[in-house]
Amino acid sequence: MASTKQDLLRQLQRDILPLQGLRSPARGDRIEVGLGPVEAAFPNGTFPTGGIHDFISMGPEQDAASVGFIAALIGKLMERGGPCVWMGAPGAVFPPALIRFGLPPDKVLFASIRREKDQLWALEEALKCEKLSAVLGEIRDLSFTDSRRLQLAVEKSRVTGFLLRTNPRQEASVACLARWRITPLPTEARRGKPGRGFPRWKVELLKVRNGLPGAWQLEWSHGKFSEVLTEVITQEQLQRKTG
Amino acid sequence: MAKRFLTIWFRHLTTDWLTLRQPSLAKLPFVTAAPDHGRMVVAASSPAAQAENIHPGMALADARALLPGLRVFDEQADLGVKLLTALGHWCIRFSPGVALDLPDGLTLDVTGCAHLWGGEGPYLKEILQRLRGSGYQARGALTESSAASWALAHFGTTSPLVEPGNLASVLYPLPVAALRLPAATLERLRTLGLYQVGQVAGLPRAALRRRFGQELLLRMDQVLGREEERLEWLIPPEAYQERLPCLEPIVTGTGIEIALRRLLEAICARLQREGKGLRKAVLKCYRVDHIVKEIGIGTTHPSHQVEHLFRLFEEKIPTLEPGLGIELFTLDASGVEEAPPLQESLWNPPPGTDDRELAQLVDRLESKLGAGTVRRYLPAEHHWPERSFQPAASLRDQPSLPWPQNRPRPPRLLTPPRPIEVTAPVPDYPPMLFRYQNVLHKIRLADGPERVETEWWIEEGEHRDYYNVEDEQGKRYWLFRAGHYAGDKPATWFLHGFFE
Repeated sequence: MASTKQDLLRQLQRDILPLQGLRSPARGDRIEVGLGPVEAAFPNGTFPTGGIHDFISMGPEQDAASVGFIAALIGKLMERGGPCVWMGAPGAVFPPALIRFGLPPDKVLFASIRREKDQLWALEEALKCEKLSAVLGEIRDLSFTDSRRLQLAVEKSRVTGFLLRTNPRQEASVACLARWRITPLPTEARRGKPGRGFPRWKVELLKVRNGLPGAWQLEWSHGKFSEVLTEVITQEQLQRKTG
Repeated sequence: MAKRFLTIWFRHLTTDWLTLRQPSLAKLPFVTAAPDHGRMVVAASSPAAQAENIHPGMALADARALLPGLRVFDEQADLGVKLLTALGHWCIRFSPGVALDLPDGLTLDVTGCAHLWGGEGPYLKEILQRLRGSGYQARGALTESSAASWALAHFGTTSPLVEPGNLASVLYPLPVAALRLPAATLERLRTLGLYQVGQVAGLPRAALRRRFGQELLLRMDQVLGREEERLEWLIPPEAYQERLPCLEPIVTGTGIEIALRRLLEAICARLQREGKGLRKAVLKCYRVDHIVKEIGIGTTHPSHQVEHLFRLFEEKIPTLEPGLGIELFTLDASGVEEAPPLQESLWNPPPGTDDRELAQLVDRLESKLGAGTVRRYLPAEHHWPERSFQPAASLRDQPSLPWPQNRPRPPRLLTPPRPIEVTAPVPDYPPMLFRYQNVLHKIRLADGPERVETEWWIEEGEHRDYYNVEDEQGKRYWLFRAGHYAGDKPATWFLHGFFE
């Protein structure tokens, strides 16, 4: 009886999602972004494309970590084909760095725009273009209305949009599918090798539409995400401390 | 750029030509004569004849009375025009804009030409010397207005070269005849005791207009460079215009699109041939009911790409009302500029993929926010971080070398690098601490040094030793030390980027 009740609930939930404007991807259209456990937080257990993901960063270090994380996501999204547009202030991102996240810099259209008003307009125009696989806008502040406009543009074109807001005045004023915060974590030196390890982040999902927010530790190594299990780290650290 | 005009006056155009044909005439007085009102009148007189006071316009009988041995030739109609046209074509080597100044002169628009001859002085000298060398007595003057050049060439006694802004002082002493006015007006001026241009210029304009009409004022303005004289060029600059008459009136949008595409193809082929690009264009549609409808576009960058221009027009086509039908299309390129050829392929869709929409997007962004807003980057053969990538010329360009993966580069680069305070063990150990914006960072892990040598053939400077460091909170930075440690001065360290 309990199982049937649960099945019923799951079925109802599945029915509600499309009513709420969330279109489930067609069969075979599901994109593997390789986020592992993070993906389970999203409805249907899939990283939602065709919507706006909002990234908040405080300070240049978080900002750089977000750039890396988003570049890795866009790299995965672009495997389907279709270039991406990276919009920001002139000279904001250093193109040769993107290759380490599986995003070939020559497949990215960099739009350097100074004025925020122009940025918003350009972002909306880019999000309307169906041939793109992703659009990233580095924009500091935008109003709720502006974000709704972007959301509407995306709903039609099914492009995945990323907003990267560094030091925003207001955190939660943006309509989006998910709000993220990426914080750099101390890396683990590779065994037997000096120097730094693979980039490691604390990935926080502050808000997910129809999903479950949470926090995870991920590492980017050999072109894919892998979850870092905290217990293991503590044990290793313990070992190092004791031994 | 200030305009510069050169007027060449051939004082004895036809007689010089006759002398060239018959060298034995060289020192002899002779005239050409033409019938006028039932008598023969001198049309041109040789220098030797002029020395005997025989001038054009005199009755031939009077001239013969003055000089019984005078030789007379028949005036050939149109000879002057033919000679001037030939001379004008010869002058094209000095300037593309040559206009005939009938009956005996040439006007050249020499704006921006003189520097090729090393300045206006040598330029003018070269032209006049070559003309004189070929047997024509020529006088020339170079000023900022064609009318002033004419006046100086005919009546000038001082230097034929007038710098911009000095016109008035040079022109005021000239006789009023320098204004090229009809004989009646000149006569009236003389009766009023106005002999010099300066005297006329001193009078109130309203009075001059009342007494002598608008023409005198216009001439004054032209001579003083306040108004440009209309010149008829020997080789008229060809307007960038294409026409497409239609057999049947066009009423549909598709028809208009086809017509527009044909016109654009024709005009773009010409622009491309000449290395030019279009900045402004107007499509005019002549309707059957004699109404002309037009749409215009502007580009931010000179373009001769059919696709690009077509897309700009395409959005405006629905605003055209064909009415009963359009029977003639014309496309005028009213703004044309030199176009660097490298952007050309940006608008050509790459084979296989249809990135029409993409190009449209780039187009829309660039047309609103300026050219160069959207860029692609390709790797460049430089290790120096700031030079390690270069903008791609087109949407299609493929990297000629792979992106370097073994040298980690930060996604955020600080330009220029910010100086920081660092504590580091000598000689090549990574730093232990650094202070940036008053925050102390204790370094936990570090990679490096990676030495990047300065590219001395591009710029001077010190090499950089890069360290890839992580502080205790896990924040990652890219630091470098400029140059070697020197005993006497402290090492300079910089923060150059933020790692993910």
